[in-house]
Amino acid sequence: MKLFIKFDFNAVCRQVLKETLDLLDIKYNILGFGEVEILEKLSPDKYEALNKSLNKYNIEIVENQKSILVQKIKDTIIDMILNDETKVTIKTSAYLANTLGHSYGYLSNLFSEVTYTSIENFIILQKIEYTKQLIIKGNLSLTEIAFKLNYSSVAHLSTQFKNTTGITPSAFQRIITKRRQIQQTTN
Amino acid sequence: MNEDYIDIILADDDEDDRLFFTDAFEELKITTKVSTYNDGVYLMDYLNSEEIILPNVLFLDLNMPRKSGMECLREIRANDKFKDIAVAIYSTSASEEDIEKTFVYGANIYIKKPDNFKKLKKVLSEVVTINWQYHTNGLNKEIFLLRL
Repeated sequence: MKLFIKFDFNAVCRQVLKETLDLLDIKYNILGFGEVEILEKLSPDKYEALNKSLNKYNIEIVENQKSILVQKIKDTIIDMILNDETKVTIKTSAYLANTLGHSYGYLSNLFSEVTYTSIENFIILQKIEYTKQLIIKGNLSLTEIAFKLNYSSVAHLSTQFKNTTGITPSAFQRIITKRRQIQQTTN
Repeated sequence: MNEDYIDIILADDDEDDRLFFTDAFEELKITTKVSTYNDGVYLMDYLNSEEIILPNVLFLDLNMPRKSGMECLREIRANDKFKDIAVAIYSTSASEEDIEKTFVYGANIYIKKPDNFKKLKKVLSEVVTINWQYHTNGLNKEIFLLRL
């Protein structure tokens, strides 16, 4: 037996989108012309889940080229910070330009435009975040952390920590320790 | 990504402070949506109601009638539903000990209320920008502490 079917491509896509978004419990508004307005803040996890579910139907979320390049800049920087081996003498600006194949001026302008911060500030923020994680882990002294993250001295790291967060590394450690004690007693 | 604005709430019983606060956000580069509440009870009633979009950053005045900022902070941090909200204490003055206590009880940011509008704009811009970095880079909010 042969059945002849007729379908409306648009209606099918709309239905797939609707079901996928409903399943993930996302509030949305389908605008047509391949646009969906998301009416809530999507966490990175949920965004990934949505992307994955849509890929099953060969539907792709089209990301803009600029944000892809910005993400690459971020990944390269984080990689440089976390990876001791890239702790080479090469300057970050030259390293980024070489790795990503654009001039540093271009990368730097693009980065500021998209992220509301500069590459320099982003690097500092990431290094301080990493410092916080290492402080909490407690295996390394601040001097060792400063060395690991390529600071010229522990004083330099302390100053940058204080300038970025408004508190000293030792106050940070004290606050997190107390916070955990409270959490333990209430659990 | 999908963010086009930051949702902000302020709970403060001082009318002038609320006004300066909303005005200061109007000139920032990052688009914000600001709502204000007159005290801690109104704030918590709103946060506990169903079907609302939770704010990205919540500014709490410490001294409020009926329910203080500290009480709100403790209620918020005791509820998992609010774990993604960055809480900023926004207060005229406090001892070092009190400031540290707000951090220990889960505040992310402590801001001493600036004495002029220009400074206020600068401080709020800094908070929003840093929070944006945490938000868009998936940084760990549990170790997000900032004092301005």
